[in-house]
Amino acid sequence: MTEQDGRPLPVGVPGGFGMRQLREGSLAKAVDETDWAGLLLRVRDHQDRAAFAALFRHFAPRVKAFLMKSGAGATLAEECAQDVMATLWQKAHLFDPSRASVATWVYTIARNRRIDALRKSRRAEPEDLDWGPEPEPDQAEVLEAQQETERLGRALSALPGPQRTLIERAFYGDLSHSEIAAETGLPLGTIKSRIRLALDKLRQQMT
Amino acid sequence: MTIRHHLSDQLLMAYAAGQLPEAFNLVVATHVSLCDDCRARAASFDTVGGALLEEAEEIAMGEDALSRALARIETLPQATRSAPIMPTGIFPGPLAGYVGGDLSAVRWRRVGGGVKQAILPTGKDASARLLFIPAGKAVPDHGHRGMELTLVLQGAFADANDEFGRGDIEIAGEDLEHTPVALSGQDCICLAATDAPLRFRGLIPRLAQPLLRI
Repeated sequence: MTEQDGRPLPVGVPGGFGMRQLREGSLAKAVDETDWAGLLLRVRDHQDRAAFAALFRHFAPRVKAFLMKSGAGATLAEECAQDVMATLWQKAHLFDPSRASVATWVYTIARNRRIDALRKSRRAEPEDLDWGPEPEPDQAEVLEAQQETERLGRALSALPGPQRTLIERAFYGDLSHSEIAAETGLPLGTIKSRIRLALDKLRQQMT
Repeated sequence: MTIRHHLSDQLLMAYAAGQLPEAFNLVVATHVSLCDDCRARAASFDTVGGALLEEAEEIAMGEDALSRALARIETLPQATRSAPIMPTGIFPGPLAGYVGGDLSAVRWRRVGGGVKQAILPTGKDASARLLFIPAGKAVPDHGHRGMELTLVLQGAFADANDEFGRGDIEIAGEDLEHTPVALSGQDCICLAATDAPLRFRGLIPRLAQPLLRI
């Protein structure tokens, strides 16, 4: 994209997430193609179309697969995946890398889109807490949140086949809510604790 | 406010998976609005969805998909961050959205014994309603064919097993025959959802059931 319209990649705010790479390499190699949070922040802060294209290449085919496994036909899944990615751009200003990984964030957008499209019903969302992105998120927290998905993915792969299949079926809608077993065998306790701590911190700031 | 009765992992995971009927979604979102512990647990189940998406096989998008998505972005209104609405009444945000306001906006219907209810508009696979139980009064004795969630918004109620105050959620399965009684002192207001019609034990309530739509 960037080569096409001849503009250099916009330079991020010094000190922001994703700047690690910028300081080290040339501008052309500036963006680590798998630093999803860094890419999404470039979309958020600079409406960076090249960064969006990289996110699109990675996530759109996964969202499409997710929707098709959930029962959508190819045409609908393609349409919805485009929608989901467009929403990612539109809502980028709400993304807080210290709160959730990009994959988790894309998942929640795709899930809600699926409920709209396949079930034509509304999904009630919890009251939004006033925790939009922090101007300077703690880098250790950002790293933690971004790596959680990867670690969870490894734990997921390590599960015995039948157990993993059950979790997949739960998320792809092959099980009714009463059939869903919450015992996943995944290390969710640490993730819950991290989010709980962040919520406590936020509540303190709010009072 | 100390919440003692929480959502089950099963419900939170089904919520994260997007597999709950709309009426249950409403109860879960309303409880999560009041309970940071369940909010954190729900978010941890969201990360499972994220991990599954990351691991998922890819299905190629159409050739012009990226340019079409970019074109779509041009047409989207620029979303701005609106200040979260902090409800001032007893209904948390998601519930206030369904009711169209707070307590004063509820259109109650009497169901006898001073008990009132208001059915909320949700999908038909489960139903949600607000219940008003005068202090000290009982809800008609009933069991369930499916699952019933009851979230207390004001006052408190007790059944044979326990007490439930604001923010507490009671999860009742088929095995529970119960007679919730509102504690004295304050009228009790609850949000309840069920995925099957209640079965009342008395003859009169049973006859009235189709009429009450519960």
